[in-house]
Amino acid sequence: MAVKISRRAFLKGSIAAAGSVAGSTRIARAAKSVTKDDKEPIVTLLDISKCIGCEECVHACREANETKFPKPKQPFPKMYPNRVPVQDWSQKQEVTDRLTPYNWLYIQKASATVNGEDIELTIPRRCMHCQNPPCVKLCPWGAAKQEENGLSRIDSDICLGGSKCKKACPWDIPERQTGVGLYLDLLPALAGNGVMYKCDRCYNRLEKNEVPACIEACPEDVQTIGPKTQILEKAHALAKQMNGYIYGEHENGGTHTVYVSPVPFDQLNKIIEKGKGKPHLSKVKNMMADGTNFAKAMLIAPIAGVVAAFGKFYLSTKEDK
Amino acid sequence: MKPNTYLRRYIYGITLFFITLSGFGQMPIFKRYYIADIPGLGWLAQFYVTHIIHYICASVLIALTLYILFDFFFNGGLLDKITRMGFLKIIALTGLIITGALMVVKNLPNVFFAHNAIIALDLMHLGLCMMLLVLGLFSLILKKRWVS
Repeated sequence: MAVKISRRAFLKGSIAAAGSVAGSTRIARAAKSVTKDDKEPIVTLLDISKCIGCEECVHACREANETKFPKPKQPFPKMYPNRVPVQDWSQKQEVTDRLTPYNWLYIQKASATVNGEDIELTIPRRCMHCQNPPCVKLCPWGAAKQEENGLSRIDSDICLGGSKCKKACPWDIPERQTGVGLYLDLLPALAGNGVMYKCDRCYNRLEKNEVPACIEACPEDVQTIGPKTQILEKAHALAKQMNGYIYGEHENGGTHTVYVSPVPFDQLNKIIEKGKGKPHLSKVKNMMADGTNFAKAMLIAPIAGVVAAFGKFYLSTKEDK
Repeated sequence: MKPNTYLRRYIYGITLFFITLSGFGQMPIFKRYYIADIPGLGWLAQFYVTHIIHYICASVLIALTLYILFDFFFNGGLLDKITRMGFLKIIALTGLIITGALMVVKNLPNVFFAHNAIIALDLMHLGLCMMLLVLGLFSLILKKRWVS
């Protein structure tokens, strides 16, 4: 009887053998570079030219984070008004071709022509982990958090699923699951709608000085993780070497995820499939920049108030004389 | 009443109205409840817009509060002239300004607050806002003044 071996299973077997020797030192090295003692944020570099789209990272992510996935209670409470959408992925947990509450990383595909040669590119996509993440800063309850190492994550015990983080995110990354979380204990009919989910950069693994599962599982060393300065240097050297392009270094004021590609990102953005759960690769302005500038300008307010009162007092005493 | 006092009340009232509106706009409720569908109120569902409007109103409120405070003392105002309602409103306003200022700092790049501190700040800010609104409503109905 012929034994069928899937590409994934084959790759897994190959990696187990070859990777056990080479990989162990590589992962150990990477893990060492993300120790909690680092003062610098952790940045991940993704070399798109190396990715073969095997989805090992996707499956590793799902396995590593399975315990964090939503376990919604059925039936969902009736929500008012009627426009509030029920978003239920619990019956579609196997979906891997987009971001969902059960799939925090997926492979985006693109065909491009470089120097007259047709090439297929596969791009692992997940949360970019912005330096000043709007999802965290604008969360009305503090449910979204940013760690000092730069990663951002959503606390599923506190999130009410209002989806503000998704609307504030320039890439619309967080995905909602209805019927789970704190809102069920508050006013499920009138406020909240579940919990938002996204890549948390395997924060629990990082706490144990382990690298995120997607990095550990990659057979092609697509991802490199480490301190920001070191990784950005590597990204620029790599881009120079392949005559390539960088994405993520300056988007939204800078992120902790940097892609290097042989194809310009504006070209890639035109050919990748975009839409719900499938983020774009466009240039992104710093969404929090206006807020930061207004915050700095706010320092004038107390001075203006005191000066105005003093000015009035000075003028009145002058008039009295 | 002096024109200056009228102007102060006018600015305070408008600022309080818009800062409350934009503050509640930080929560994703206006679209859910069709309020943002009312012509002219679509901005209430745009989080970056409400964020900036909240900051602008906060600047005006801080400037006005400090102006009134210093003006009061420069003109020989005494603490015993402040009514009980006035004191309660001062407590609410001071709390709102302090918690709000800390939240503005929290929103700056590369600033990290403890997660529990952020949640506490959010809840305190909301609670103090509700307190000021209730006190303001009582003042209007019962015609209570800040100073006797």
